[in-house]
This record gives sequence, structure tokens and C-alpha cells, in this order.
Amino acid sequence: MRDVAVIGIGLTKFGELWDKSFRQLISEAGSKAILDSGISGADIDAMYIGSMSSGRFVGQEHVGALVADASGFSHMHIPATRVEGACASGALAVREGYLSIASGINDVVVIGGIEKMNDVAGTTATETLQTAADQEWEAFFGQTFPGIYATIATRHMHEYGTTKEDLAKVAVKNHANGALNPTAQYQREITLEKALNATMVAYPLGLFDCSPVTDGAASVVLCAAEKAKQFSDKPVKIIGSGQASDTLALHARRDICTLDATVYAGKMAYNQAKIQPNDIDFAEVHDCFTIAEILAIEDLGFVKKGEGGKAIDNKISTLDGSKPINTSGGLKSKGHPVGATGVAQIVEVALQLRGEADKRQVKDVKIGLAHNIGGSGATCVVHIMERM
Amino acid sequence: MKSNVARFWREIPQRYNLIGNKCDSCERIFFPPRESCPYCRRKSIGKMKDLKLNGKGEVISYTIIHVAPEDFEKQVPYPVAVIKLDEGPKVTAQIVDCDISNVKIGMKVESTFRRIQEDGYIGAIYYGYKFKPLEEVK
Amino acid sequence: MEDIGIISYGANIPRFRIKVDDIASVWGKNGKTISNGLGITEKSVPGIDQDTATISVESARAALKRCSINPQEIGAIYIGSESHPYAVKPTGTIVGEAIGATPDLMVADYEFACKAGTAAIQTCTAFVKAEMIKYGLAIGADTSQAAPGDALEFSASAGGAAFIIGKENIIAQINHTLSFTTDTPDFWRRAQRKYPSHGGRFTGGPAYFKHISNSALRLMEKSNTKPEDYNYAIFHQPNGKFPINIAKKLGFSFDQIKQGLMVPYIGNTYSGASLVGLASVLDVAKPGDRIILTSYGSGAGSDSFDITITENMNNLNRKNAPLVSDMIKNKEYIDYGTYAKLTDILYWE
Repeated sequence: MRDVAVIGIGLTKFGELWDKSFRQLISEAGSKAILDSGISGADIDAMYIGSMSSGRFVGQEHVGALVADASGFSHMHIPATRVEGACASGALAVREGYLSIASGINDVVVIGGIEKMNDVAGTTATETLQTAADQEWEAFFGQTFPGIYATIATRHMHEYGTTKEDLAKVAVKNHANGALNPTAQYQREITLEKALNATMVAYPLGLFDCSPVTDGAASVVLCAAEKAKQFSDKPVKIIGSGQASDTLALHARRDICTLDATVYAGKMAYNQAKIQPNDIDFAEVHDCFTIAEILAIEDLGFVKKGEGGKAIDNKISTLDGSKPINTSGGLKSKGHPVGATGVAQIVEVALQLRGEADKRQVKDVKIGLAHNIGGSGATCVVHIMERM
Repeated sequence: MKSNVARFWREIPQRYNLIGNKCDSCERIFFPPRESCPYCRRKSIGKMKDLKLNGKGEVISYTIIHVAPEDFEKQVPYPVAVIKLDEGPKVTAQIVDCDISNVKIGMKVESTFRRIQEDGYIGAIYYGYKFKPLEEVK
Repeated sequence: MEDIGIISYGANIPRFRIKVDDIASVWGKNGKTISNGLGITEKSVPGIDQDTATISVESARAALKRCSINPQEIGAIYIGSESHPYAVKPTGTIVGEAIGATPDLMVADYEFACKAGTAAIQTCTAFVKAEMIKYGLAIGADTSQAAPGDALEFSASAGGAAFIIGKENIIAQINHTLSFTTDTPDFWRRAQRKYPSHGGRFTGGPAYFKHISNSALRLMEKSNTKPEDYNYAIFHQPNGKFPINIAKKLGFSFDQIKQGLMVPYIGNTYSGASLVGLASVLDVAKPGDRIILTSYGSGAGSDSFDITITENMNNLNRKNAPLVSDMIKNKEYIDYGTYAKLTDILYWE
């Protein structure tokens, strides 16, 4: 088993991008990452593409081949694979690429994450996101995707005393971070009042507790660590990679307030990296809804179960806190082009570790973590990275 | 018309009558029914027996849906709960026949037969379970 | 008929109610005048998720909860309604599946305006008498429609009742039954049309009154009975006045019809009307009580039944399912806007 490094990163602006098509977005992200990495096209051994539902969003399947084609690599006939795990598709693609290098099969791999969500009506986008849930036993009966996370929130409030204010503060913090991120969908702060008084989506979650519908793409280039310095002078090593699954439906979980998949994927990554949660300096976690960030920092072991709602008050997860969470603005403010998110998180962790995060740079960071969830927690992928 | 008729028809015993199954090896009860027991695994193959659940349970958590999918727009706002049934399995279902403000964690409920959704004006009608507050037998 | 009758029964009335007052004020009419004229205060309204199938299933399940028969031994299901959810695809099979009576089962859906449910009882009774089935399930249920602004809007409501017919442990023996039928176009709904039409005052004398009197009188002649022999009389109830009038004309007192008169509280449940009335009577009837039930269906026909309550009524677990009086009290008021949304007046695609 070899070590793997991230040697190139790139992403498009996230937002409602009417002028850019699916193909244009992924090509843009890919070119940026490849140029950033120092490799040439001939060095690429394989491509892994994360996309949750290109079929329903743009009517297109077979996107592994499509992306290789759109990126100009078809004449080189490189292997291209589309990976799917709902909203964890991006990080799953990263992990598949990572495994292919760690195992010795590939030396250099390009990872892409892409979702083009605005080419369909809003209701269609919502219904498509819902396919991440259990179609026969949750969605069929009128449950919605925000509804599933809201169900978690209600129980978390009941068991641990988390409040609607605690949820809203997560949105406020992430918007404050996103305001410093030039590629974020929303680059403006919001007030606590605005977050609390937003339209109800699924009690207790309102509009500002929910991540938006977004177009965007992100890309990273992975390389065997022993060869990284041939291409890049700022590689970042992946020191831990973990993945876990859990029941598809929320109601079948062991504990509604814990995403066991996060706990297990996290442990797998920590064990491999031979570190503890305490050693993590900052993290990008999956805040598809505000409650999801609260759960993530608990389940990753950053705070005790039940105390996630107070992480902002206790100055832990704020940008100037002891363990900044979602310096990019998170899914809430940066945007959530579903398949791209997991890859974009790796980009942010790398930027921070390289010292290139500009206005949102956290000082003296050595180890960062990226956490990506599929559905309501049926899939989780965790990566831990360290400056080389 | 989207025409998921076969997909719906297959689940009728579950959706109309809460037919789950039980592992003969370890006596655990499952809903919806499983091909084999996740705990006994190969020991349970051929040993899963159909079991009708009694439809009574307790609300573990809930939400109130305000932004609904097209098929459910006319019912907004409506409560959806995770309900733990007496026999052990949990289900996700709407709560009906009570004021939204009365939906609480811990409330006792029982199943009722309702229209769940329909495949547009010309497609099939899909019936299934919703839950209402348990009426005590005096 | 020797020992053939009702083994168990159950009813279902949706919770929503709208007051006649609230409907009247939308159309600029005087609610009090209309309430008094019709003898109706409020009517039941089905939720978006309720229809004739759900009402039938809940009624049938209630009937099964009160007795201990094995639903697999139900040999026939006949459901009468003017609002079957499908024009083609029977409500009976949905109910059959939902109560575990399939697959050895004879099923068909019935239509005869408001008397389709009693026609189902006659059919099941005949099958049992012919020894073709052990138990039959007869249901009358409706989520009746009325055009906005039409007089019927004040009364057309939702509800139903189910009756298990057989020979064993019967709680109510059906002594005699007959029908009086003519081709009288008093009220109808054309195929593909959403709402019914009617002949105004023609629906009174030549229709309701003629058929109910002829049916009831012929039944009493056959049973050799007089009005005073009955503890309870149940008549079809399109409004709160007609049944009181016909009772008087035939020689029945208000006390005799009171228990079976549901329309003032829930409106006219069409195919469910006289049957919900019967369920209400069965909720309180004692062994030895005699009942006359006369339904009426436009088009037109009237089914009459002479029924005697048996000793087995003492063994019926009535409390295992809600009584009609419980369901009448279990209500939630809605306004006209909500009513319009629920009854599909605001139809959009």
C-alpha cells in the first residue's frame, strides 16, 4: 500500500450558472486542476467522476466516458468511471481514485465532481435529491429530504436541548465564512434574525437551514506520494481514508441522532492516519442542513454527543475557534452541486494546508479533514490530509 | 402518467396490511420483510416467516412538512413521523386526524388506511398506511 | 328467512365538518333559513386522503374487530357507491385485499344512487341463503359530490357502513326484504360529468315519497306488521325533513326514527345514508328490538328490510370499534376555502 497525495486542485464558481453546461463546467474544473498539478495529459492513468444524478438533471448517463471526452482524452482512451453515492458521490470518486493509486495500479488519477442542477424545474431538482432517500418506505409516504433531516433535528432538540437558535447560528457562521470565499454561491453575511424568521421548509428547518440548489464542478489530481514532487512543489498527503455505509431509511438506524456511518468512516480514517480527533486542526463537513453540521462534529469526535449545538457559542467551530468548521462557507453558503461537493471539500482542505486560503486562512494548520455524506447518512466518506 | 403500477402492486401486503416477517432463528421481527436476517444471515435462509403487525406504535420523532413534493402539495402543512411499532420495527408515515400542535414525541398512534398518492388524474391510486392518535378502548 | 342476518357491523365518518351557515354565506344566502329548511346543521367532508375505498376499508375493519370471524371465509364483497374511486376497477378488490379476504372471493361494485349499499345487503343475503358463501360483506359508502352553489352542496357528504352477513351468531335477523323499483329520472349524473343534476321538486312526491311508502307498506304487509310493532325505523335521509315527513305519513313517531337520523349532524352520505343510520341503531339496540329499514335510490328504487335483534347482540364486542355517536363527536371544522380545496372544486393541472 502506497501513500497518495493531492497535487492539483481546481473548481468553478458555484451558483446558478445559466451560461455553463454540464460539459463546460467539468472541463473547466478539470483543466484548472491539471494545470495546477504540473502533470501533462499523457501522465493521466485514469479518471473517476462523481455525479449523483446526471440522468435526471441533464438526461445524460454514461458520464465517465462523457467527461473523458469533454476533457479531450478520448483519443488516449483512458479508463473513466462514474461513481455514485448520492451526495457523497464526489468523495467516493476521490476514494476510488485513492484506492487505485494506493494499490499500485495507477500512478496519476484525475478526480472530477459535477452537478448541473438548474437545467430542470425546482420541483424536479427537489424530487431528484429525494432519490437519495428510501423511495419505497420514506418518499412514497410523503417524507421529503429536508423532512428527514428535520426529523433528526426534532429528536436532537428533544434529547439534547439543541435549539432553533443553535441551528440558525450554523447558517450565520457559514455565511460569514462564505462571504470570504470568491467561488462561493452566496458571498454575503446573514443575520440571526433573518435565519430564524425564514420560510418554514420542514419544521424545525427553515429556508436558511437548507443548502441551496447549485451548479458547479470541482477537480483534484491525485498522485503516488513517492512521485508527487516530480510534478508539484506543494503536494498534500492523504494520511487517512475511510468509508462506511448504514441503512438507507432514517427510521431503520440504530440511533436517529447519530450518523453511525460518520463514526465508522471517521474511525477508519483516524486509525489509518494513527491520529485522534483532537489532532484535526480544521474540517470541511457535510452541512446539507444546519443539523447535519451539528451531527458531523459530534460523530467525528470533535465534541461530545449532544454538544454539537453549542460549538459556536463555545468558540470551537467558528473561523477563529479552536477547530474551524467549513471555512469555505460549507454547503450552505458555498453551494451544494451534489456530485461536486465531496471533491470541493478536498480542494478547500488542500488550499488551507497550502496556506492559499486567503481571507479565510486559518493559521498554523497541519492536518485537515473532509467529511462527505450520502442521503441521510447511508454513505459516509472521510479523508484526512496533511502537509507534506 | 408515470406508471409505477407493478412496483406499487408488489408492496400491497406491506402497505395495506403491515405484513412484515420474523426470523425463526433469532425471533427478530422486520418491516418491510427481509429476504434473510441481517444477524443470522445464512442460518435464516428459508426460515423467514410472514407476520402481520398490529399497527400500534409510538412516535419517536417527527417533522411538519411545509414544502412538499407535487403529489402532496394539497396537504401542506402535514406531519411526518418516525414511528416505533409495538413489535419493534420503525416506519416513516404521516400523522392524521389530529391537530398539528398535538403531535408529540412519545404519543401513541395506530395505523389507518388512506390514499397516499396517485399517478396524476389518469393513473392508478396508491393506498397505504398513515397513523392517527390511538383511541383507547373504553 | 331462517336465521340469516347481520353478524357484525362497522361505520366510518370522516372528521372534517363544514357548517351549512358557512356554505350559505359564500353564496349570499341566509344560513339559518337554509339550516331550518333542510334540517341540517353541518356535513362531513372527506380529507384529501379519504375516499370511498378508505371509508369502506375502515368500516369493514371495524366490523371485523367486533366479531371473531376469519376474513378468509368471507365469500363475497359488494360495495355500493356513487363515488367509487375508479369508473373502471372495483373498490371491492381494494377492500378485499385490505381485510385479507382474497383470493377466494366474489366481488363486484354496485351503483343505484343512494340505495346501492342496501342492494349489496340483499345480494349477500341471497348468496348466504343459497349456501354459496359462508359470509358476505355488504358496504354502502360515498364521498358525494355536489356542484358549488347548488342546493345539494348543503347536504352532500361523506361516510359509510359495512355489514357482515351470514348464518352463525347473527345479531340481527333479516326476516324479510323486498324492493319497489320504477324508471323515475328524479336525480342523475351523466357519465364523465363531475356533478349530478336533479329535477328540483320532482325529487319529492313522485320519487322519494312514492317509492319509500310503497316499499315500506309492501314490506309490512309481507311481514304482517304495523308501524307500532317496530322499536326503530330508518329511512333514507337526503335532508332532515323528508324522513320526518315520510315517517309521519306512514304512521311512525319521531321517537322511532330519532336514533337512525344522522343527516342533521353529518349531511347525506348517499349510499352510506340509511346504512350509517342502521349502524347507529345497532349501536344501542337490544335483543328483541324490531327494526324497519327503508332505503331510497334515485332512478328510482327503495329497498325495505324487516329486522329483529337476537340474543347474540349481547355477545358482540361493540366497544372494539368507534360508535356512530363517537364519530359524530370526533370532528374538526373547516372553512369554505379548505372545503373547496379538499373537494377538488379548485381543479388545476
